[in-house]
Amino acid sequence: MSLLEVKGLSVRFGNSEAVSDVSFTLERGERFGIVGESGSGKTLTALAVTGLLPEGAVMGGSISIDGMPLPANEREMARLRGKRIGMVFQEPMTALNPLMRVTEQIKEAITLNRSDSAQLDVPYLLEEVGLELRHGERFPHELSGGQRQRVMIAMALASQPDILIADEPTSALDLITQKRVLDLIAEICTRRHMALLFISHDLKAVNVLCSRVAVMHRGRLVETGPAASVFSSPQQDYTRRLVASSRFEVTREDHQSGGAPLLVVDDVVRDYRQGGIWLWREKPLRAVAGVGLAIGNGECVALVGPSGCGKTTLAKIIVGLDSATSGQVRLDGTAYRGTDLPREQRRDVSLVFQDPFGSFNPRLTIAQSLGEPLRLEENLDLVEKQRRLVEAIEAVGLRSDMLARYPHEFSGGQRQRLAIARALVTRPKLVVLDEPVSALDVSVRGEVLALLARLQAEFGLTYLIISHDIDMVRAVADRVLVMEAGRIVEEGSPETIFAEPQHRLTRELMAARLPDVGEPLLDRRA
Amino acid sequence: MILFALRRFLGFAATLLLAAVVIFYLLDLLPGDPARFTLGVTATPEAVANLRAQMGLDAPAHERLLSWLGGMLRGDFGMSYTQRAPVAGLLWERLAVTLPLTVMAMIISMVIGLPLGIVSARARGKAPDTAIMVLAQLGVAVPNFWFGMMLTLVFAVGLRWLPPGGFTPWDEDPWLSLRGLILPSLALALPQASILARVMRTALVDVQGQDFIRTARAKGLTMGEAVWRHGVRNALLPVLTILGLQFAFLIAGTIIVENVFYLPGLGRLVFTAISERDLILVRGAIVVLIVAVTATMFVVDLTYGLVDPRLRGRSTP
Amino acid sequence: MNFLKRHPNLTIGLAGTILFALLGLISLVWTPYPIAQIDIARRFLGPDAAHWLGTDNLGRDMASLVMSGTLTSFVVAALAVTIGAGIGVPLGLAAAAWGGPVEWLVLRFSDFLFAFPAIIVAILVTALFGPGAINAVLAIGLFNIPVFARVARGGALSIAVLDFVAAGRLPGLGPASIAYRHLLPNIMSLIIVQGTIQLSLGILAEAGLSYVGLGTQPPATSLGLMLRDAQSMFLIHPWLTLVPGLCIVLIVIGLNIAGDGLRDAIDPRLRQVNANVVA
Repeated sequence: MSLLEVKGLSVRFGNSEAVSDVSFTLERGERFGIVGESGSGKTLTALAVTGLLPEGAVMGGSISIDGMPLPANEREMARLRGKRIGMVFQEPMTALNPLMRVTEQIKEAITLNRSDSAQLDVPYLLEEVGLELRHGERFPHELSGGQRQRVMIAMALASQPDILIADEPTSALDLITQKRVLDLIAEICTRRHMALLFISHDLKAVNVLCSRVAVMHRGRLVETGPAASVFSSPQQDYTRRLVASSRFEVTREDHQSGGAPLLVVDDVVRDYRQGGIWLWREKPLRAVAGVGLAIGNGECVALVGPSGCGKTTLAKIIVGLDSATSGQVRLDGTAYRGTDLPREQRRDVSLVFQDPFGSFNPRLTIAQSLGEPLRLEENLDLVEKQRRLVEAIEAVGLRSDMLARYPHEFSGGQRQRLAIARALVTRPKLVVLDEPVSALDVSVRGEVLALLARLQAEFGLTYLIISHDIDMVRAVADRVLVMEAGRIVEEGSPETIFAEPQHRLTRELMAARLPDVGEPLLDRRA
Repeated sequence: MILFALRRFLGFAATLLLAAVVIFYLLDLLPGDPARFTLGVTATPEAVANLRAQMGLDAPAHERLLSWLGGMLRGDFGMSYTQRAPVAGLLWERLAVTLPLTVMAMIISMVIGLPLGIVSARARGKAPDTAIMVLAQLGVAVPNFWFGMMLTLVFAVGLRWLPPGGFTPWDEDPWLSLRGLILPSLALALPQASILARVMRTALVDVQGQDFIRTARAKGLTMGEAVWRHGVRNALLPVLTILGLQFAFLIAGTIIVENVFYLPGLGRLVFTAISERDLILVRGAIVVLIVAVTATMFVVDLTYGLVDPRLRGRSTP
Repeated sequence: MNFLKRHPNLTIGLAGTILFALLGLISLVWTPYPIAQIDIARRFLGPDAAHWLGTDNLGRDMASLVMSGTLTSFVVAALAVTIGAGIGVPLGLAAAAWGGPVEWLVLRFSDFLFAFPAIIVAILVTALFGPGAINAVLAIGLFNIPVFARVARGGALSIAVLDFVAAGRLPGLGPASIAYRHLLPNIMSLIIVQGTIQLSLGILAEAGLSYVGLGTQPPATSLGLMLRDAQSMFLIHPWLTLVPGLCIVLIVIGLNIAGDGLRDAIDPRLRQVNANVVA
C-alpha cells in the first residue's frame, strides 16, 4: 500500500478546470518531484493533497494516505495534516507570522501535534536545520530569506511527519542559499526516512533532489517516470522543449570588441544613510565599497554576485539613476558621479530592467513609453521620431502596428523585447541589462538572449549584464566580474573563471551551481 | 524601544508646540480689546490702559506667547474675562462630563464593533455577514447628533427608561450621572461601531488570505483556529490606527452631541465663550482639545510599537 | 450601459446620489414655495397635497427647505473635497516624487493637520471671522488635505518603486514630470474613490457644524441647519427632525454605496481598509 495515493484528482474554479485527472503515488521514503511552468496546476495539486485549497475550488477524485481517504471534517483533516504532513512554501518573507518570535511559532507546531515537552525540542530542531539558538529569539523580519526558510523547515519537521511537501522552497532565494536549502532538505529526508513531494519549475533542482518526476502542463501530468530517464530521454514534446530550454546554449555571435575603454568606473563608493536620529544615527550601509572597472567598446561584460552584493546599485550609478558617495564614472571621457550625468550623454547609456511587468506604465501606449527617451533628441522632428520607434520595435522582432497598444496586451517575453526596444531608441553605445531574463519563463529565455546577441553584433553595442545566474553568464559574456559585499573580488574570461575559480565566493558560486539536467550526476539520491 | 518612544514623544511635543503657537497668533490677530471688553464702552482710556498693563496685554506678542506657554505648563491657562474665573478650573469642571462621555462611547463602540467585524469576516458572503454589513452601512451614514435625538424619542419620551437630557454632577449621585450619559454615549458610539466593524472585517479578510495563515493551517490548525491565534492580532494593526483617529473624533463628536442632551460639557462652554468673544477661554479650550487628540495619536503610535516588532527595530542582538 | 449592469451597487448608489443632487440643483430655479416665506398661521402642518413634507415652526414649506438645504450640503462638501484634493494630492505626490526632506515636511504637515478635527478648526475660524458656510468649507476642506495627501503618497509610493518610473528617470525626467506623467494617472482611481468617501463625510460634517451654529447661517438653509431649528421642539414635533435627518442618511448611504461600487469596478485590488471616520 502506498503512503500517499492520488487518483483522478481534478480542481475546478467555476467552469474552468485548473487540474484534471492527475494520478500518482508516493511511497515511504521516496522523493517525487512535480515540474511545470507557472500556471500548470502543480501548486494546486499540492494544496489539494493537504486540504488547503483556496475558497471556491471544487475538488474531484480521491486522495488517500495509508489507504485511508482524507477526512471530510475540517478539524480532523487539520490534525491529520499537522501530524503526517510537513509543508514548506515558496515565500519565506510572508509565510511566518510577523508578530511572533520564531521559537513560539515552532513550539506551536510541536504542542499541537505531540503531547511531550516542547521546550527540549525547539533547540534540537533549530540545530537540525542549521540555525543557532539565538535565532529562535528573533522575529521573522530579523532573519534573512534563507534563515526563514530554515525556520519553515523546522516547523514542518516539528510533528515528525512522514511526508514533506515543498512547494518552490528555493525560488525566492539566491544561488548559494538555494543550494544549501536543497541540501538540507535532501539530508533531512534521508535521515528521517521521510517521503518528499517536491514542486518546482526548476528542472535542475528537481533533478538533483528527486528520484522520480512527473511533468505537469495545463493541469495534466504529461509524463511520469524516473528522473534520469525522463530528463535524459523525454518521451513527450512538451518535456523535450522544457529540457532543452533549461540549458543555455552558447548564443554568442561575432562582434567587434576591444579598443579604447568606453566606460571607466574609478573607485566608486556608495553609502546609504541608515535610520536613527542625529547622535544615535547608525553607521551608514556601504553598498558599493570602492569599485574600479573598465569596459571596452563592443565588449559584453557580466557582473555576477549574490543578492545584496551591490551590483544593482553600481548599475544605477552608471546609468545615472543614483549617485556615488565618492569616486567617479567616465563614459567616453565624460566624468560624472551618477545623477549628474549630462543630458547630452544620457542618450549613450540605457538600462533594461529585470521585471517586464513593472517596466511599462500601464496608462501609456507602447509608442508613448518607447518615445520617452527621445526627449533627449531635441533636434528630431516628429516624423523622424516615429521612424526611430518603428526601427526599434522592428529590431526586436515585433511589428510597428503594436506601437498603438497598451502594455497589458503583451506577454512577458514580448514586454522584455519592448523594454529592449526602448533601450535602443536613442541608439546608445552602452546598454546595462539588469537580470534581463531571470523573470521570464524558461521557454523564452533563450530567445531573448539570442536577440541580445544579434543586436550587439548588428549595432556594435557594449553590454554590461548584471546577474546572479552563472549559467546564463557563461553562455553570453566575454568577461566576468565577480562582486561581493560591494567589492569586485575576481575578474577574468568565463572559461578561466569557471574552470579555476580563485576567490572563495567564486568557488562557492560554482559549487552551488546545479548540474544541467541529463548531465551525469554524482548520485546522492536515496 | 526606548529610542522609538523618545522619537515619537519628540514628534508629539513638537506638534503640540506648533499648534499652540499657531492658535496664539491666529487669535491674536483678532480685532477687539479684551480690556475694553471687560470694562465696557464707558471706561476711560486711562482705565483701559491700566487694565491692559495689568493683564500683560501691552507686552510684545512673542513675550505674551512665552508667558502663556509657560503658564500652561504650570497649569495656569489665564483668567476668563467673562466668567471672571481661572480658565483651567472652568475647563476641568467641564472635562468631568466630556471625558467620561468620550471614554464610555469608545468602550461601547469597541465592544460592539470589533466582535461584529470578526463575525462578519468569518461568515464572509453568508447571511450574518450581509446583515451586519447592511447595519454598518446604515450606521456609518447616520449623523451622531440626529441619532441622539432619535434615541431620546424612543428611550426617553416613548419608553421612559432614561432621562432625555441634563446632567447630575458626579458628587451628588454618580449613578444618576452615569444614567445621564448612557444615551449620549450610545449616540456617539453606534456610528463609530459601524466603522470599526467595517474596518475589522476588511482587515481580517485581508489577513485570512496571507501566507502565514496557510502556514498555521499547515501546522494542523483549522481555518478558524488559525485566524483566531494568528489572524486577529495581525488584523488589529490597521484597526489600531482607526481607533486612534476615532478617539479624536469622539472628543469632537461629544462637543456636538452635548447640545442634544443639554450636557454641561466642554462644547457648551466653548459655544458660550465664542458668542461672548471670551478668547482666552476659547483658546484654552482649543488647546485642551488638541492635547487630547494629539496625546491619543501618541499613545496609538506607542501601542503600535509594542504590538509590531518590525517598528521598533532590533530587539535582540 | 453594460458597465452599469455589471456593477449594480455602483448603479444604485449613483442613482440615489444623482437624484438628490438634481433635487438640489432644481432648487436654484424652482422650489414649491420660496424658502424664506414665513406663514405662522400655517405652521406645523403634516404632509398634504399643498405641502408634500408639511411645514415647519415658521410655516415654511419643508419640501422647499429640503431641496435648498440639500444643495447647500452638497456644495459645501464638494468645495471641501476640492480644497482637500487640490492641495492634498499635489502634496502627497511631491512627497513621493522628491522624497527626503520634502516627504518629511509633508508628513509632519499632515500629522499636524490631523491634530485639528474639523470642529476645532470651525471653532477657531468662527472665533476669528464669525459664523458662516465658508467656515464649514474651510474647516472640512482643511481636514481633507492630510487625508488626500496620505492616500496620494501611499498610492504613489507603491507605483514609484516600479521600473517604469526608473525608466522615465533615465532620460532625465525630473520629479515633477515623473509625478505628473507616471504617478498621477496611476493613482487617479484611488483619488476618485477617496473623493466619494470624503464627499459623504463632508455632508455629515456640514450637518454637524451647522447644527451647533458654526456652519450655514439663515436665511440660507442646509440640512444641518434645519435640524438646529428643530432642536428646541423635537420632543413635540419629531417630524421636523425626521425629514432632514433621513435625507442626510439617504444621501450619505447613496454616496457610500457608489464609492464602494466604484472601488470594486475600477480596481478590485483596492479593497483596502479605509479610514472613513466621521468628524
